[in-house]
Amino acid sequence: MPGFDYAPAPESRSIVDIKPSYGLFVSGEFVDPVDGTAFKTISPATEEVLAEVATAGPSDVDRAVQAARSAYASVWGTMSGRDRAKYLYRIARIVQERARELAVLESLDNGKPIRESRDVDVPLVAAHFFYYAGWADKLAHAGFGPAPQPIGVAGQVIPWNFPLLMLAWKIAPALACGNTVVLKPAETTPLTALVFAEICQQADLPPGVVNIVTGAGETGAALVNHPAIDKVAFTGSTEVGRLIAKAVAGTRKRVTLELGGKAANIVFEDAPIDQAVEGIVNGIFFNQGHVCCAGSRLLVQESVADQVLESLKRRMTQLRVGDPLDKNTDIGAINSAEQLDRIRRLSEIGSSEGAERWSAPCELPDRGFWFAPTIFTGVTQAHRIAREEIFGPVLSVLTFRTPAEAVEKANNTPYGLSAGVWTEKGSRILAMADRLRAGVVWANTFNKFDPSSPFGGYKESGYGREGGRHGLEAYLAY
Amino acid sequence: MPTDRVDVRKTYKLFIGGAFPRSESGRTYQVTSAAGGFLANAALASRKDVRDAVVAARAAVPKWAGATAYNRGQVLYRVAELLEGRREQFAAEVTAFGEDPSTVHDAIDRWVWYAGWADKFAQVHGGANPVAGPYFNLSSPEPTGVVGIVAPAEPALLGLVSVVAPAIVTGNTVVILASEPRPLPAVSLAEVLATSDLPGGVVNILTGRPAETAPWLASHQDVNALDLTGVADPELATSLEQAAAGNLKRVVRPAAGPAWTADPGTARMAAFVETKTVWHPKGG
Repeated sequence: MPGFDYAPAPESRSIVDIKPSYGLFVSGEFVDPVDGTAFKTISPATEEVLAEVATAGPSDVDRAVQAARSAYASVWGTMSGRDRAKYLYRIARIVQERARELAVLESLDNGKPIRESRDVDVPLVAAHFFYYAGWADKLAHAGFGPAPQPIGVAGQVIPWNFPLLMLAWKIAPALACGNTVVLKPAETTPLTALVFAEICQQADLPPGVVNIVTGAGETGAALVNHPAIDKVAFTGSTEVGRLIAKAVAGTRKRVTLELGGKAANIVFEDAPIDQAVEGIVNGIFFNQGHVCCAGSRLLVQESVADQVLESLKRRMTQLRVGDPLDKNTDIGAINSAEQLDRIRRLSEIGSSEGAERWSAPCELPDRGFWFAPTIFTGVTQAHRIAREEIFGPVLSVLTFRTPAEAVEKANNTPYGLSAGVWTEKGSRILAMADRLRAGVVWANTFNKFDPSSPFGGYKESGYGREGGRHGLEAYLAY
Repeated sequence: MPTDRVDVRKTYKLFIGGAFPRSESGRTYQVTSAAGGFLANAALASRKDVRDAVVAARAAVPKWAGATAYNRGQVLYRVAELLEGRREQFAAEVTAFGEDPSTVHDAIDRWVWYAGWADKFAQVHGGANPVAGPYFNLSSPEPTGVVGIVAPAEPALLGLVSVVAPAIVTGNTVVILASEPRPLPAVSLAEVLATSDLPGGVVNILTGRPAETAPWLASHQDVNALDLTGVADPELATSLEQAAAGNLKRVVRPAAGPAWTADPGTARMAAFVETKTVWHPKGG
C-alpha cells in the first residue's frame, strides 16, 4: 500500500528553556539536595541528556514534608476556600499561558507526540485545576457532611506516562480541599513537574503548599513511609501499589491507588467497523500504549473478526511513528530503555506461546527507544500477553461468539480499570456496561478523560477515584 | 405459666449459604453471661468454615447485586419486620451480656433506616458528569463484591446491624466474624435472615475467635473488601491490613470506636461500592 509522503513538521523547541540542572522544590524555592547527588533525564527519542535533576534522599524528603506540614498548619489549612480557589484559578491560567512550552517539554522528556501533549495532556491539566478551583469554596455542598475538613499533608507519587496530567490529578483536588502536598514525579519525566514548581512561584502560592522531590523508587518509598504524612496517593503499577498498601498498613494513613489494567475493548458484529477500528487504534496506540486504561485486549465477535483485523492492519500501516515533536507523528518514543525491554520481552513470550505477531511496517529511528505498533492474533486467555499489562503499543486479539462469552472473557482478569464496547444496539451497550467490572466503560468511544468525570479501578486496579465530585473524597475527613 | 417446665434450649450454630451447619472442625466454645454464668456452647469456626462462607458469599453475588434496588429495599425492610417480632428475645440476649435493651430498638430502627437507602444511594452517590464534549457521562455506584467483616464485640446486636446493613444494602454479600464474647444475638439474627426473603449466602455468620479466623478472611483472594471495625488489637489490625494488601482489598478501619447511637451517615455504604463511569458519544 502506498504511503502518504509528509514533509517534516517539527514543533520548535526554542520555546523551552531547559536549565542544565534542577534542585528540589521545597518551601517555595529550588534547593540543593543534602547529599548533592543527581541523575540525568534524557529524551527517549534521541537519548540526548536534557538536564541533571537532584536526587532527594530521606533527609530531603523529610525537609519537604516538614515544609508541607508547616504550610498546612500556618496558612493553607486555615485559609478560606474562597482564597484557595483563587490560587488554583491562577495556576490554571498560567498553565494555559505556558501551554505550548509545557507541551514541548512534555514531548521532549516523555517521548509522546506533540499532538497529544498539545491537544490532550496540557489542556486537561489546565481544565483540572480550573475544575477543582471551583470546588474549594463549595466543599460543604459536596455530599461529605456540612463541614468536611482537609486531611493534612499528602505524599503523592506519580508515573511517567502522563507526567504533568498526573500531577494535576493529584495536586488540584488536594489543594482545593485544603491539604498541602509533597509530590514525587517519575525519574524519567521530572521536567514538567519542575516547571510546574515555577508556575507555583509565579502564582505566589504560599511556600510549602506544593513541594516537589525528584528521584527514583527510594525517594518515593521515603515519602510514602514518612511518619508525618497523612495521606498517600499513588498512580503506577499494581506491583508497587501492593507494596504501598502493605507498607502503610497499621499507620492510619489514608490511601488511594490507581494501578494497572488489562482492558477489554469489545467489538460486536453490528458495530460501525470503521469507527471501531479508530477506537481500537486510539485504545491501544494512544501515548504508545503507555496507558493504564489502554484497550490492550481486543475482543472481537467471530463473525466480523477477519473484516476488523484486515481494516485494523490497513489503518496501522498509516500510523506515523517517529519524532515526537513532529506534528504529524501518531506514535512517539517508548519512554525508557527499561520499558522497551519489558515490551520486547513480553512480545517474545507472546510469540513463543504460540500467538501470531504482526507489526506495522515502519522505519524506526536509529537512536532512542522505539517499538512498532504490533498486534497478536490467535491469543487465548491463558497467554501471558492476554493477562499481563504490557504498557506498550501491543494489542492482543481474542474472539467471542456471544455477549455472555464477551463479558466472561472481559472480566477474567484481576484488573478492572476500564473497558470498551462497540455496538449500534443501545440496550446491549447498557447491559454490557452493567456487567463489565471496570471503573470506566467507554461505549463507542475510548480513552476519553475529563476533570468532571471520576476515574479509577475495580479489584486490583486500585481504589479511590480521581476526577469529579468523587475525587474530593480522598482529600477530605468527614 | 408453670414454673417447673424444663425449657428447650437452642443450639447455636454457624450460618453459611442459608444453612446452619456446625463448625466443620467440630469445635465449640463456652459463652458466658455478664455475671459469668454459662449461656451456651457456640460453634468455634475454623479456616475451612471461613472458606466455605466465602464460597457461599461469592455464589450469592450475581443474584443479590443483580436484584433491583427496590427489591433489596423490600427484603431488608422485611428483615426489620421480623426483628420487631423477636425483639423480646433479642432484648433478653443482650441483657444477659449486660447491655441496655434499648440497643435492640436502635438496631431495628437502624435496619429500617438502611433499608430505605437501597433505592436512594445511587442518586446521592452517583450522577451525571458535565464533561467538555458531546458525551453522555454517568457515574453510578456498584457493589464491591464479597465483604469480610469483623463485627464489633459490643453492642452485640446494634454493632452487628450497623456494620452488616450498610454493606448488603448496596448489593454486596458478606462474611461476618461475630462478636467473640457476645455471639448469641448474631446467631439469632441469622435465624431472622434465614426466614426473611434474603437469598442464602448474602449474609454468612461465623462465631468463634476472630483472632484465629480473620487472617484467613484478610488473605482470601476472593474477598474484595475488609471491615476491621471489630478489631481492637492494633497489632492484629496491622497484620490483617497487610494481608489484605495481597489482592488490594478495600479496608475500613475506623479511627475510634464509633458512637453507635449517632447518625451513621453514608460513609459505610460508600466504603463498599465501586464507582463506574460510562461514556457514550452524543450524535445524530
